[in-house]
Amino acid sequence: MTGKTLYDKLWDEHRVRESDDGTALIYIDLQLLHEVTSAQAFGGLREAARVPRRKAANLAVADHNVPTTDRRAGITDPIARLQVETLDRNCKEFGITEFAMTDPRQGIVHVVGPEQGATQPGMTIVCGDSHTATHGALGALAFGIGTSEVEHVLATQCLVARKMKNMRINLNGILPDGVVSKDMILAVIGLIGTSGGTGYAIEFAGTAVSNASMEARMTLCNMAIEAGARSGLVGVDERTITYLQDRPYTPRGEDFECAKDYWLQMVSDPDAVFDQEYDLEVSTLRPQVTWGTSPEMVVSVDDVVPDPADAPDQTRQGDWTRALDYMDLAPGTRIDAIEVDKVFIGACTNGRIEDLRAAAQVASGRKVAPNIKQALVVPGSGLVKTQAETEGLDRIFTEAGFEWREPGCSMCLAMNADRLEPGERCAATSNRNFEGRQGYGGRTHLVSPSMAAAAAIAGRFADPKQL
Amino acid sequence: MEKFINYTSVVIPIDRSNVDTDAIIPKQFLKSVEKSGFGDNLFDAWRYLDQGEPGQDCSNRPLNSEFVLNRKPYREGRVLLARENFGCGSSREHAVWALRDFGIRTVIAGSYADIFFNNCFKNGVLPIVLPSADIDALFDCDKDSGPFSMEIDLDRQTAVTDSGQVYRFEIDDFKKECLLEGLDDIALTLQHEGDIAAYEERRMREVPWLFQDLSR
Ligand code: SF4
Repeated sequence: MTGKTLYDKLWDEHRVRESDDGTALIYIDLQLLHEVTSAQAFGGLREAARVPRRKAANLAVADHNVPTTDRRAGITDPIARLQVETLDRNCKEFGITEFAMTDPRQGIVHVVGPEQGATQPGMTIVCGDSHTATHGALGALAFGIGTSEVEHVLATQCLVARKMKNMRINLNGILPDGVVSKDMILAVIGLIGTSGGTGYAIEFAGTAVSNASMEARMTLCNMAIEAGARSGLVGVDERTITYLQDRPYTPRGEDFECAKDYWLQMVSDPDAVFDQEYDLEVSTLRPQVTWGTSPEMVVSVDDVVPDPADAPDQTRQGDWTRALDYMDLAPGTRIDAIEVDKVFIGACTNGRIEDLRAAAQVASGRKVAPNIKQALVVPGSGLVKTQAETEGLDRIFTEAGFEWREPGCSMCLAMNADRLEPGERCAATSNRNFEGRQGYGGRTHLVSPSMAAAAAIAGRFADPKQL
Repeated sequence: MEKFINYTSVVIPIDRSNVDTDAIIPKQFLKSVEKSGFGDNLFDAWRYLDQGEPGQDCSNRPLNSEFVLNRKPYREGRVLLARENFGCGSSREHAVWALRDFGIRTVIAGSYADIFFNNCFKNGVLPIVLPSADIDALFDCDKDSGPFSMEIDLDRQTAVTDSGQVYRFEIDDFKKECLLEGLDDIALTLQHEGDIAAYEERRMREVPWLFQDLSR
């Protein structure tokens, strides 16, 4: 008998029952909730006179709509305010723990879960948000669901699902200075495409992953969804255990020891077989920049904008042409000659302390270029913000001319006041460069935190090492 | 959920791959706490020439006359045709609610993003997958001879063009039944209450820390 992959183990552990046609009922250990995708689920529950099966297995936080400036005045946009207040009310009514907007623990749901130790290895975790994949960095099976499924999990603590296929992406080698996990995942998406992982759970493995910090692993898993996979995974090791120690929801004492033994089993067996496998040598990887309106449209900072005439097929030729038109870029333009208007550092991709440190390192002692209209730094959570302030990172940023904000999703999807105006170009550490994602008519280039800081300083894309 | 009833409709071709959920329903409309009322804002940024805001009366907004949904007879269409990876991006079920509110009950594409695909079934929308050669043929059909209709027959798992070309599609038996019967899948799951309770009891013994109380 061949061994099991990490995904196989997680699946088997959580199968409540399975029908002949392969449809299974899967038990969910933790559900995370936020304001945008939960209101209708609570509404459905109420309509059917149902209650949450295990309210203590849910954790809620408002993140998408919250303002990142002074919060004492509350939310001024009445529609956004209603949505956040609806979450508050629902959590109160159904007895679910919520970190409200003014709670110091408030932040982006995918930053908060691991930070609080609510995310643990061996769990199944869902959230009405596609970037739930992030939590897989701790050896949990975590995936995004729609609002109807949020309601389903509230009511039954289960989901109806079919097993996905197994993919492993081996990232080997030592990353060059100034090249980070964001560059790795962008390169992976460039390699396999935005639907390359559809139907798979992707496990990230190899020396570049075992050497990576927990934050870096979260960045990798975060963007598994941009590669088409609902789940990203990294096997548990000592670094995972160390990360989990002493977090508010991490088990204590004897429970911790038992949990630890269990957690350490959350790895793929050496003889496990994957349906699909890719290898990427990262020692020669260069900082990545997207040029189009899909995360797979990505090149190195020292490359040029590609020519649709060179596209591999006709559909892609059309897509590239439309993307260049939307992005207002001509084929052959050097990436490092592209000037940007705004810079956004934050999001569940890169809003953690390590990301802010990397950006601050580039910004330190320098000034934001005069052509930059706005450079935002938005910590992923209140605790990240406090930590950064303790380290003096906020001062480095503000002295360089960046704005230091309150935690939330912010300009990642521009549901609050932080957004691009039509035609503006942004270097962003978020995960999506879709048309209008950061504001109607806005143009997004996805980059790492160091690259975003470098773009702010140089006023255009630049290799952070060559500033 | 409303039962899926077989129907015939003009096919709306959107000749793109990777149509993302941000395009299907832009983020500003996600602030709604309702489950309906999204139809006017389906493909908002492609459909209108101005920037849409929630709660706005869309009847006076300037239309992008180039966009297929604004052209006759497509604007009456209830079948959408697209290429690979339709519905990629965010998990927002609002994307399916917008399609459904507009009247689209069937999407035909080369492939779908997983979350979007699941969301369709929860709302009585049928996502049909066809091989890329068939997708090419359908786009060519529209390009060469103009708008055409298809009859969507879920019982038989066929989509038939008005010129008689038959396309068979695959679908899970369980999902098919849910669509045809308009079943509430929460109620279906609750029928397995015994299994769920037994599972919980065993897990509470074996891995008690997983039953952490997040309200502490
Ligand atoms: S930061 Fe962006 S990607 Fe992450 S949860 Fe918020 S909106 Fe979604």
